[in-house]
Amino acid sequence: MDNKTPAVKMRNITKRFGPVVANDKVWLDIYRGEILALLGENGSGKTTLMNMLSGIYFPDEGTISIDGKDVVIRSPKDAFDLGIGMIHQHFKLVDVLTAAENIVLGLPGKLDLKTASKKIREICDAYGFEVDPDQKIYDMSVSQKQTVEIVKVLYRGADILILDEPTAVLTPQETDKLFAVLRNMRNDGKAIVIITHKMHEVEALSDRVAILRHGQFIGDMPTARTNAQEMTNMMVGHAVTLNIDRPEPVNPKPRIEVKGLTVRNIEGIVKLDDVSFTANSGEILGIAGISGCGQKELLEAIAGLQPVESGSISYIEDDGRREELLGKDPLAIAEMGVALSFVPEDRLGMGLVGNMDLSDNMMLRSFRRGHGLFTDRRSPKKLAETVVQELEVSTPSVSTPVRRLSGGNVQKVLVGREIANAPTVLLTAYAVRGLDINSSYTIYDLINRQKAAGVAVIYVGEDLDVLLELADRILVLCGGKVSGIVPGRGAKKREVGMMMTKLGGAKDE
Amino acid sequence: MNKRTREPLIHITKRGELRWYQAWAIRGGAILLALIFAGVITTLLTGENPVRVYAAIWKGSFGSTRKLWVLGQNIAILLCVALAVTPAFRMRCWNLGGDGQMLAGGLATAACMILLGDKIPNALLICLMIVTSIIAGAIWAFIPAFFKARFNTNETLFTLMMNYIAIQLVAYFIVVWEVPKGAGQIGIINQSTNAGWLPQIGPSKYLLNMIVVALLTVAMYLYLNYSKHGYEIAVVGESERTARYVGIKVDRVIIRTMLLSGAICGLAGMLLVGGTDHTLTTTITGSRGFTAVMVSWLGKFNPVWMIFTSFLLVFLGKGGSEIATNFGLSSSFGDILTGIILFFIIGSEFFITYRINFRKAAEKED
Repeated sequence: MDNKTPAVKMRNITKRFGPVVANDKVWLDIYRGEILALLGENGSGKTTLMNMLSGIYFPDEGTISIDGKDVVIRSPKDAFDLGIGMIHQHFKLVDVLTAAENIVLGLPGKLDLKTASKKIREICDAYGFEVDPDQKIYDMSVSQKQTVEIVKVLYRGADILILDEPTAVLTPQETDKLFAVLRNMRNDGKAIVIITHKMHEVEALSDRVAILRHGQFIGDMPTARTNAQEMTNMMVGHAVTLNIDRPEPVNPKPRIEVKGLTVRNIEGIVKLDDVSFTANSGEILGIAGISGCGQKELLEAIAGLQPVESGSISYIEDDGRREELLGKDPLAIAEMGVALSFVPEDRLGMGLVGNMDLSDNMMLRSFRRGHGLFTDRRSPKKLAETVVQELEVSTPSVSTPVRRLSGGNVQKVLVGREIANAPTVLLTAYAVRGLDINSSYTIYDLINRQKAAGVAVIYVGEDLDVLLELADRILVLCGGKVSGIVPGRGAKKREVGMMMTKLGGAKDE
Repeated sequence: MNKRTREPLIHITKRGELRWYQAWAIRGGAILLALIFAGVITTLLTGENPVRVYAAIWKGSFGSTRKLWVLGQNIAILLCVALAVTPAFRMRCWNLGGDGQMLAGGLATAACMILLGDKIPNALLICLMIVTSIIAGAIWAFIPAFFKARFNTNETLFTLMMNYIAIQLVAYFIVVWEVPKGAGQIGIINQSTNAGWLPQIGPSKYLLNMIVVALLTVAMYLYLNYSKHGYEIAVVGESERTARYVGIKVDRVIIRTMLLSGAICGLAGMLLVGGTDHTLTTTITGSRGFTAVMVSWLGKFNPVWMIFTSFLLVFLGKGGSEIATNFGLSSSFGDILTGIILFFIIGSEFFITYRINFRKAAEKED
């Protein structure tokens, strides 16, 4: 592999956004017939670098050459003409069109869906995709949509593929399938770049890793000659420990009891169907499930944000008194004296206000305090300063709008505010989604400290490996129903994965 | 293929935070450029000396003591309406019904003056005018707000339509109250008794309005930036989901804010009818409900900056009509100049956010 000439050579690439240097004289080689894992913490410039390769940004300095020839990539179209295709984290598909229609969308020439379908089938057969060209996008699962995105790029003749965190939305089984396809494409001589945060995926899939830190290129090496610990140290810049603590719950008592909860969304589709469980104090209850299986509705129902069709949600005080949470909005719940904190999935669209600064975001929970017309601005500012200091939020100041912070820092601000309330119940949805290793471990640690303080934590997660290490019990949702509740200690990833796709899991196999 | 590989001729990058004086330097430069450009256009189209035209524009606002007072009065009323729509705008609720809400307030004022003119003490009459005009404006804003909060109707269209209803309503009452019969206009109300005329303070009848609006500006600044209501408005404007998440009752905030918006518009109508014009016509607002939208936007919804933007718009308007009369030009010519200047000012915001990079000259050679 070392003797081949690189398909893509990026040299001295620099990109600045105002005062922020996203990429600083980065060198990167991408080879055909190889899967390259691009690693780095949040804000280390991986996506920026790939966006320049795919024509979304234009580098301020540096050169890019494809197969030894210097090129200028001015637009995504230039990138396509050079055979570069990128699959973004957020899919860019038209819901009401079929797979084939989406794939040919925007291509020049006559619209000939029959030929297109034939060509799509050929691509699918060659690499082992499963796509029905005539299926509408809105009928597809997340992984099917992703497949369409990949086929779309291949259809346009790309032989250099970039995938930005492709497994974030997939189940373990779907991930395995994706990896098989990617290996087929590699064996076919395509160059593949995958951006991911999950170490075990890097080890399982990639041939070579390249590491960025703070916008600078740190190094690359064959995956076989390194390990998760070394890669992580290179990403972070110092040694980190890669174990998640799971202390035994201390004196767990029932805190939240959900009985027969049924929820329909606005379109009348059942999102939760007769869900019952108990969350205990001093314990982390993990919630596993394919995305869109009712996790969001479950948390929002408990938080008083989701209209419920039937069932009950009781809050149980230490002395055994019960309070019904259903039918109350967040303000009413808080006024009852129930200290319920909620870290929602949509951080900037729900948990925080992106255009407001850190102090003003701290005020979201506290602005009603005190009598009189005017808000108290001093204590939120103090809280913001404390959070910045204790959680090591990297921000120019507490008066910076939170949308300017990187994903990990945004999440620290949100979690910091929510636990500042001294909650008795903490709901978290995808608390580490998109976060790098260092930030993720900070969040795990914070959650564990809440657990030690006797908080009932409900943790909705997508990374099964983490759930299995962190949660005391795991509730598996499948299509809005409880597929089962298993103890976290000793649970098998395969088992839980099966329960996610099939009620109760499969007994055979 | 022997195509040279080149950087694109220009590419646009985002700037970092500019210091405030840098941003204002760009804006100032834009105004300067606009004046030069407008001058060239003037000379080309009319053959007039642009320096004389600018002198006339200046005179339009500062030519005499009377013109100065009129300038102050116009700024006050325009700023008042702009202050009224701003809380709604901060909430991303586009209240384009300023005109209608002003007319509703003006109508209520005129009704008090005509119907109760000599029947109750003047102080009581003025109190009544204030209260009814505020209520009338608030009602005019409540109707679209209620439907928006309840059924998520589009407030832009709804408030626009409420304007036409207000105009027709005023037209109807003008016929009812016309003096003399058949004149089609009301004329000066209570000319002999001055009942319901707001008292004159100091040298001009315009001073009272200016003081009221100055106080209102300070109050609105504090309300928007430091009060709990102001904070709720900002959160609802940025994200309704976040607002619900922290237990803010979004519907209630929408209705409350629109009520405030309409109430201040109603007050502006009262200041016009009771304070300065002492009559009611369908065009008494001078489309200030719409100009106020521009004032508010250009001032970035900040009451203090809006003092300057309302000055700018009034100044340009006065200057436009002055050159129209001085040089015998169509009055639309003033609008053209205003349009040019506004175009440059709004365009300058692009250059504050982004930087344009040209291909480096050195690379052209190889």
